[in-house]
Amino acid sequence: MRQVLARAIGGVAVIGLIAGAAACNSDSSSDTTSGSNCGYKLAFFGALTGSAANLGVNIEQGFELAVQQYNTKKGSDCITVQKFDSQGDPAVAPGVARQLVTDKKILGVVGPPFSGESEAADPIFEAAGIPTITPSATRVSLAANGWKVFHRAVANDDAQGPAAANYIKDTLKATKVFVADDQSAYGAGLADVVKKTLGSAVVGTDKTEADGKQTDFSATVQKVVSSGATVMFYGGYYQNGGLIRKQLTAANWKGTLVGGDGMKDPGLAKAAGNAAAEGTIVTCPCSPPEKAGGTFVTDYKAKWNVDAGTYSDVAFDAANIYLAGLDAGNNTPEKMNTYLTTVDYKGIANEYKFTSTGELDPSLIKVWTFKFDASGVEIADQEVKTS
Amino acid sequence: MNFSGLIQDFGPLTITGLAQGAIIALFALGYTLVYGVLRLINFAHSEVFLMGTYFCLLVWGLFGLDQNSATPSTIAVIGLVLLGMVVAIVASGATALAVELVAYRPLRKRNAPPLAFLITAIGASLFLSETVGVITKRNITGVPPLIRPRDVFVIGNTHVTNLQILIIVLALVMMYVLDRFINRSRLGRGIRAVAQNPDSAALMGVNKSRVISLVFLLGGLMAGIAAVMYDLKIGVTRFDAGFLLGIEAFTAAVLGGIGNLRGALLGGLLLGVLQNYAAGLFGTQWLHAASFVLLVLILLVRPTGLLGESLGRARA
Repeated sequence: MRQVLARAIGGVAVIGLIAGAAACNSDSSSDTTSGSNCGYKLAFFGALTGSAANLGVNIEQGFELAVQQYNTKKGSDCITVQKFDSQGDPAVAPGVARQLVTDKKILGVVGPPFSGESEAADPIFEAAGIPTITPSATRVSLAANGWKVFHRAVANDDAQGPAAANYIKDTLKATKVFVADDQSAYGAGLADVVKKTLGSAVVGTDKTEADGKQTDFSATVQKVVSSGATVMFYGGYYQNGGLIRKQLTAANWKGTLVGGDGMKDPGLAKAAGNAAAEGTIVTCPCSPPEKAGGTFVTDYKAKWNVDAGTYSDVAFDAANIYLAGLDAGNNTPEKMNTYLTTVDYKGIANEYKFTSTGELDPSLIKVWTFKFDASGVEIADQEVKTS
Repeated sequence: MNFSGLIQDFGPLTITGLAQGAIIALFALGYTLVYGVLRLINFAHSEVFLMGTYFCLLVWGLFGLDQNSATPSTIAVIGLVLLGMVVAIVASGATALAVELVAYRPLRKRNAPPLAFLITAIGASLFLSETVGVITKRNITGVPPLIRPRDVFVIGNTHVTNLQILIIVLALVMMYVLDRFINRSRLGRGIRAVAQNPDSAALMGVNKSRVISLVFLLGGLMAGIAAVMYDLKIGVTRFDAGFLLGIEAFTAAVLGGIGNLRGALLGGLLLGVLQNYAAGLFGTQWLHAASFVLLVLILLVRPTGLLGESLGRARA
């Protein structure tokens, strides 16, 4: 009796397996759209949760706004948004990337926003031939891997680093600077460029654990205090940056904290408390969101009920680059990638042209500094010379 | 190796290390108590601590306080900190009891092998921290600045603040109270009896289940106090705050002698201080690596930990 039952269940399972496989096959072959250029997907890949999630969410919302406006113009749900949460973690990113590339309807990826996860996930996108436009990953070495699918819509740390260092030297007029980073691909890369540019002004260095992996920074804070530095540059993200700022204030350190675009988020003031965060300087290879053209600022606020965040406008432009490419008839990842090599797109935040390695055309880059005000929001300070 | 930096910063690193170590010591008590009685490593203890950090923030939030509030008056601060401690103790204790009831007691009743307890402990820990992570979107929650660090006295370049003194004194006091309880009271004797030999203790009229629940509760109590001190010192909490500190606390418990209360105190304070020295000497990225190298070195020389003896063996 048990043997019969076992065989019956086994038979049903085998039939179910074959039917499922057949169904899957027929699904993928029946979606050849007839010239309407609809039914495709654009993907966001990045941190939707995690310690630096705010930065990923800002980008995802800018991206989704663009697709939604496109769909409204077309009068139908033409392009679908597909979101992939990497938690901003280079350890989680490859698994999620492999999931993304199995979806054959995805024409392009906006992201990954962070340099660490880019290093981990971009090889997978390269192998699958899916074009990516990152609105924020600034590590210089990303463009040196020979990836055909890599495109960067902002300047890299070779522009951001010297901008920060020049601001420290010329505007803050600091002669003693302490430089630290979180050992991440982004943080360490940026801090190294800053250290090189500052030269002998660096009086001490330290490294912290990765963002979200450390809460007690008393050893680093003590080193900063005893080094006599008047400025501290931290290469890392807003959560670690905020905690360091909070503990520096608690140790009665009167200097200024300077950081890169990873720290450009109200989350820094959330971690440090508005009072401690006030006066913190952050650089960004982006222009102030309120300078974005068109109705972007009001549209974003209307859709998401919050002000546009860091790189929301660049992500909006990145999505529109793909959509413009789709309108021009590039409805496969290969055609989209070819289109990106020659595109010259005027967006609301900037104009976009990519070099042969995927970098933004050097004549189009710009770097700004922002200062945290008393209400915990970063306000545009000035545009900085990049060399 | 930055020897001059270490010598120059020796005082400040020691004080901040002691403050951090005091929190670790209170946290480590939970591990050491449960191991001493049950020979079980309660990995879910990190989430017992986590719940304490979140619940006292919830209560302070009810008063409209968040990380941007102004510091209230001294009377209000004392009241709020005491209230926070009570709430954290209740939350941590309840979590500890719940974990014991749901995760460990059924296994004990079935005489499960020790490996089953280990897996369940890790599973309970992951379940609780991931749930909190999903609810809080893995983001931080800020703590109201109830105690503004103010220098109480200064020796050379060492600033000793009110908050650091509070943490260290509180840890020592709680450790002393717990030590007296375990060694002098009837319930404490019951705990030591069950730690020595559970079956004989049952034969002598000790209610084993009640003692085990009490042990978990005591661990939760200590963790709750550590949680409030952590909130006030660090100023933020996250869903994995328990995990990060839990590894250090467990290391401290083993360092001092797992199952030994005073060992937990010594291990915690020592770990906090030595971690800071290592950070000063080699750089902060070596902080955790250094503590584990230290643990291995000490265990090589004294495998039972620094103070060795466990809960069950009473002092002569």
